[in-house]
Amino acid sequence: MTPLAVSIAGALASFTLVLVVLELIRSHRLRERYALLWLVTGLVLTALSAWRGGLNTIAGWFGVRSYPPAVLFAVGLLFILAVLLHYSTVISRLSDQNVVLAQRLALLESELRGRESRAS
Amino acid sequence: MPETVERSAPDAPPVSLAGLRRVAIVPALNEEAALPRVIDELRAFDPGLDIVVVDDGSGDRTAEVAEAKGARVLRLPFNLGIGGAVQTGFRFAFENDYDLAVRVDGDGQHDPSQLARVLEPVLAGDADIAVGSRFVASEGGYRSSRPRRVGIRMLAWTVSRIVGQRVTDTTSGFQALNRRGIALFARDYPHDYPEVEATVMVFRHRLRLQEVPVAMRERGGGRSSITALRSVYYMVKVLLAIFVGLFRRNVVPQEGIE
Repeated sequence: MTPLAVSIAGALASFTLVLVVLELIRSHRLRERYALLWLVTGLVLTALSAWRGGLNTIAGWFGVRSYPPAVLFAVGLLFILAVLLHYSTVISRLSDQNVVLAQRLALLESELRGRESRAS
Repeated sequence: MPETVERSAPDAPPVSLAGLRRVAIVPALNEEAALPRVIDELRAFDPGLDIVVVDDGSGDRTAEVAEAKGARVLRLPFNLGIGGAVQTGFRFAFENDYDLAVRVDGDGQHDPSQLARVLEPVLAGDADIAVGSRFVASEGGYRSSRPRRVGIRMLAWTVSRIVGQRVTDTTSGFQALNRRGIALFARDYPHDYPEVEATVMVFRHRLRLQEVPVAMRERGGGRSSITALRSVYYMVKVLLAIFVGLFRRNVVPQEGIE
């Protein structure tokens, strides 16, 4: 069984994450679409920490007998990887859009200067 | 030079150019030294050729020098890398309804007097894209570092297997394109080291590509963007892009092609 102190600390920390994410959304510092993965992470970790019997059962499925909180780490790690990968896709999309913007700007600027020089 | 093909009138543009709207796309990054000569040589080859210099965020006077020479300058607000820069030129050519585009690097390694050769298959209607290759025939004039040569060979071998046609120089940026080629590259062009992926792309879109033997010159100034370590990154990145690209289902639809 998970030591009680670990369960309490884990649940508090995870729940704090949920609160921080909610606050960031509230103050418009984090967009909902990017906050979703974080929220799920926080909620799942909170649930797993607080629900001690459940954590024990899940650990049993994977043959983790000596120290059930290892499952907490694994789940946390998995979610962090998911968040990071998600960000990589976001960055890729942003840089693609950035390229298009730069190209459009160059084309428009040249067009504008062409018109100006023809007008004068 | 061991062999010169049709050297009788090397500077005269082919007759069939007349009536075609044609543009030279010249990507340039910090090439204020080499650029004026490139522009002069392009004009000498074909006075009817519109010249568009794509300034890829240069820190020197590249844009001013090009403008002073009367070239049109597309000035990118920051460095996009060669792929993004060249694509800007293709977009320009597409949106301004050019029939024909040639791409000539701003560093002077492509000799505009050889453009007639590169243009020939496109003008004859045998190819949508013609590429000047350093390796089709063993023609002198071009030297590069050994790892780079090996890399180019390996890429050429891989690409040839994939596209089912012998391709010898997948890294050459000395190209001529018709309207179909322009339209394809305006819509979709790879970013970092674009030519290899672009070659594969051309075949996947069922466009016809031909290589033409050319000799390339030593760089006229500036510095090559490819160093030893980058060559390795280049290889890995390009191979990844090619193989993943093969499994990409939705090949970009060819809009805007007649």
